[in-house]
Amino acid sequence: MAKLRIGAKALPFNLPGVDGTNHSLEGYSGKDAVVVIFSCNHCPYVRAWEDRMVKIQRDYASSGVQLVAINANDAAKYPEDSFPNMKERAREKHFNFPYLHDERQEVARAYGAERTPEVFLFDKTASLRYHGVIDDNYDDPTAVKVNYLRDALDAVLSGTPPETMETKPVGCSIKWK
Amino acid sequence: MKVRFLYSEDCPSHEEALRRLRNVLEEERVAPDLEIVRVDTLEEAEKERFPGSPTIMVDGHDICPTQNSHYAPACRAYVLEDGRVSPLPSVAMIRDAIRAAKENLKSTVKNR
Repeated sequence: MAKLRIGAKALPFNLPGVDGTNHSLEGYSGKDAVVVIFSCNHCPYVRAWEDRMVKIQRDYASSGVQLVAINANDAAKYPEDSFPNMKERAREKHFNFPYLHDERQEVARAYGAERTPEVFLFDKTASLRYHGVIDDNYDDPTAVKVNYLRDALDAVLSGTPPETMETKPVGCSIKWK
Repeated sequence: MKVRFLYSEDCPSHEEALRRLRNVLEEERVAPDLEIVRVDTLEEAEKERFPGSPTIMVDGHDICPTQNSHYAPACRAYVLEDGRVSPLPSVAMIRDAIRAAKENLKSTVKNR
């Protein structure tokens, strides 16, 4: 389980993005919700879910929601997860959110992330309100029964606690150095 | 028929993949020599030429041949019939490979 507990404050980060600029948590302080997703290139679970990540950002952008994807995988052992390949993936899939490189793996370790994808949803006070999976069906988007992240976002934006605050992340393990 | 099921414990899709494989074998009424191989280290992955978990080999052939020559104990991405990416081979992929192996066996026996 993640080190960060429900209700805990978001931990600061400042990481290079595929857009050529650095992104910090502080930079999103005006947002009503920030969704940090530990992600990567090579993992088929991420690839199964990434169109849904793009759609969530699109659907919730006007409500003050910001998705941020962070790749902490060791690119020496998993070359598909290198920074140049991250740039390529973001371009290919038309990512509408920052895709950041946690090369030293410090942010992933600080958050206690273990899987990709793994979601941490923070409200406007930067408190963790939901942690876990995006929804309940990685394999088939048409067969999703529970949209955990969307439901949690709806709750957070309306100022109420999400019905489900934690689910077990499902995906590839983060590839540590 | 010889079937090898290679997987990494770290990748959660292997249980469902093995369930699909067993179901197909039952449906196709095939009782192969089924070998289940766990691959957890880079060294093991290189030795097995393991492109990711799960990998199913039928009579020495990958059910979904890949150009990927990076061998690692990671999850494997399958491109499904409808273009979606999944950590699991589809039932159709497994079934097609088993049926092809059955046909090969039949023609080998016939030609003897």
